[in-house]
Amino acid sequence: MLSLHGATAAAREAVPVLPVRDFLAAATEALSSGARLGTLFGRDGTSGETALCAVFHDDALGRSRVVETRVRDRFPSLSPSFPQAQAFERAIFEERGVVPEGHPRLVGLREKPDRHPFFEVEGDGVHEVAVGPVHAGVIEPGHFRFQCHGETVLHLEIRLGWQHRGVARLLAGGPDARTLALIETLAGDTTAGHATAYCELFEALAGEGAPPRAQALRGVALELERLAAHAGCLGALAGDVGFLPSASLLGRLRAEFLNATAELCGSRFGRGLLVPGGVRFDLAETAARALADRVESAFARVEEAAELFFETPSVRGRTDGVGVLDADLADALGLVGPAARACGLVRDVRHDHPGGIYRFAYLPIARAEGGDVFSRAWIRLREIERSAAFVAEQLRALPAGAVRAPIGPPRPNRIALSLVEGFRGEIGHVALTGPDGRFERYDVTDPSIHNWPGLAMAMRGESISDFPLCNKSFDLSYAGHDL
Amino acid sequence: MSLLDILTIRARAGRQTLPYPAGPVTLPTRFRGRPILDLSRCSEGCRSCSSACPTEAIGFGEGGLHLDLGRCLFCPACTEACPEGALRFTDDFRLAARSRAALRVQRDEPLQVASLEGGIRHLLGRSLKLREVCAGGCNGCEAEMNACANVQFDMGRFGIQWVASPRHADGLVVTGPVTEAMRGPLLSTWEAIPPPRLVIATGACAIEGGPFRGSPDVHDGVGDLLPVDLFVPGCPPHPLTFLDGLLRLLGRLGPAPTR
Repeated sequence: MLSLHGATAAAREAVPVLPVRDFLAAATEALSSGARLGTLFGRDGTSGETALCAVFHDDALGRSRVVETRVRDRFPSLSPSFPQAQAFERAIFEERGVVPEGHPRLVGLREKPDRHPFFEVEGDGVHEVAVGPVHAGVIEPGHFRFQCHGETVLHLEIRLGWQHRGVARLLAGGPDARTLALIETLAGDTTAGHATAYCELFEALAGEGAPPRAQALRGVALELERLAAHAGCLGALAGDVGFLPSASLLGRLRAEFLNATAELCGSRFGRGLLVPGGVRFDLAETAARALADRVESAFARVEEAAELFFETPSVRGRTDGVGVLDADLADALGLVGPAARACGLVRDVRHDHPGGIYRFAYLPIARAEGGDVFSRAWIRLREIERSAAFVAEQLRALPAGAVRAPIGPPRPNRIALSLVEGFRGEIGHVALTGPDGRFERYDVTDPSIHNWPGLAMAMRGESISDFPLCNKSFDLSYAGHDL
Repeated sequence: MSLLDILTIRARAGRQTLPYPAGPVTLPTRFRGRPILDLSRCSEGCRSCSSACPTEAIGFGEGGLHLDLGRCLFCPACTEACPEGALRFTDDFRLAARSRAALRVQRDEPLQVASLEGGIRHLLGRSLKLREVCAGGCNGCEAEMNACANVQFDMGRFGIQWVASPRHADGLVVTGPVTEAMRGPLLSTWEAIPPPRLVIATGACAIEGGPFRGSPDVHDGVGDLLPVDLFVPGCPPHPLTFLDGLLRLLGRLGPAPTR
């Protein structure tokens, strides 16, 4: 397999193309020895074949490996042995009509979500509850189908795709004037995350980098995004258990981080900040220091409001031991981000595959053991603490120099990948350029692709009324999944 | 943690609600609001701004350069591309309009929102319940719509509230470009709202597809599917842009000041 470290590019012919049997053997070997499946996607091969491209991440070694094969209309599914492949194989089936034989649940992943039958549990007293796609709150659309016995959930099937707007097709043929806007809205609350992945990948394809000051400011934007999302998530969890003091305080404090991002670039969601070659906006030293003070002060208030939440017995009664996922299952499903770390798994791109500023600045990884709603909430407060310290530290010591360097177009016939730890976990982008230097294929893996099955499994045996709470504790993206 | 601790923290936080609309609001210095175009600066045949625009929001028709706020993502691509400074963004967050055509600006034109007609204004002016449907957006608009209801923007003080059931709603707030999968659920929600009912297209996607315009999987916004009463531009619109549009629609604020 082709080995890559961090956001790097290689010639496309360096990717080995194995016969299907050897491809599966290589995948089995990698996934049995601690590697994770980053992505698996199909694209046009020669003479009507489908080219399958798999990317594995070896966290302990800080490397990624790429391998390809060619298939006609079917291949033996990896999912029965490695459940983390299930979503990718469903996407291949949906996009290309290629059948992963032996897949335990072969229905489409994101196109035509209203067309497929649901898994049904039969028996005395078993009933079905359907929720969505339009939910009670102001949130994204998704459909949840519960198979229940009384109040107890036996099985939850999550049917997504309502947000499918065909981004992959729009990205192919780029880069063009629209590309950055599409990247920034892959998941609108993860603008800095996906834009960082795109810019690092673009720079790898062009063979050039961003200046150190730009890398630091990208890190600041990414951590501010995490701060806003985590503070908002804790506030929403407080709201879900009816603990209004923290819900109201944190809902407001989230704005402190959004407004800090807006001070940087004019947009509360970091739109317009990142460009290949650097960032569009610089900060004067006084403004950077003022922003650092502001973030520190906001953190102190977030901590206070969150501790109210964690130390209130009625809250603990609703969060402790609810929606438990154990580490082995989380690992088998390929979970990433805070949801994985809350089960005791140690995986964080900033530590395992650092890019940009994270090659020089270390952020301690937060980890919890419980795998329950409490752990998924508690870990967010710890991450808030570390990100706030990181942002303040970076802003007080920004490297000197320019924030943007001229950059050429992507080089032709290359493959590149980039990994970024967004607030939900690992964001993976893979691009293949054609002979004209255009994107022949741009593959996006939002952390939500890995994590949605975690929510479904955490609900087994739980009371259906705990679903909103469990759902919020995973805090996943529909747009990033549906693309 | 005792009740006293909770009350102490709450008291220390003080009043969190913005003084808007009575008092001044401070926006970030780099905030990109209503753009101003200065055609006299355009050099002959220059198309730098329109070729940099991600959504073809900038056009050169009769009368020269114009910008369609319904398509604009308020990104810095055009201002950065223009060598003459012919475009610049101001801090004017009042961007909503009642008609699609009014969103096409040419110079320095504050946007006006005529209030609803007497009867319906009398009915909804002091109590407006809204049902939001996300029809394929990125979740940016949802985040800002939720912020409208938090203690900072607190739209509840104007009698405006999000409701879960369309049966309880007076209007539909649509975000997203309307994906094919969400077309049905969106229209069902609309049908479930008892008339008279408003439609508010929020964000560039709902107005004309945003960055996804032209994708075979989307309907390029809600305009061809439902009668829109208010267009709220932005990507996503700032909570104040949304609130301002609603309050002027309800006749709760005067017309936008002209410069």
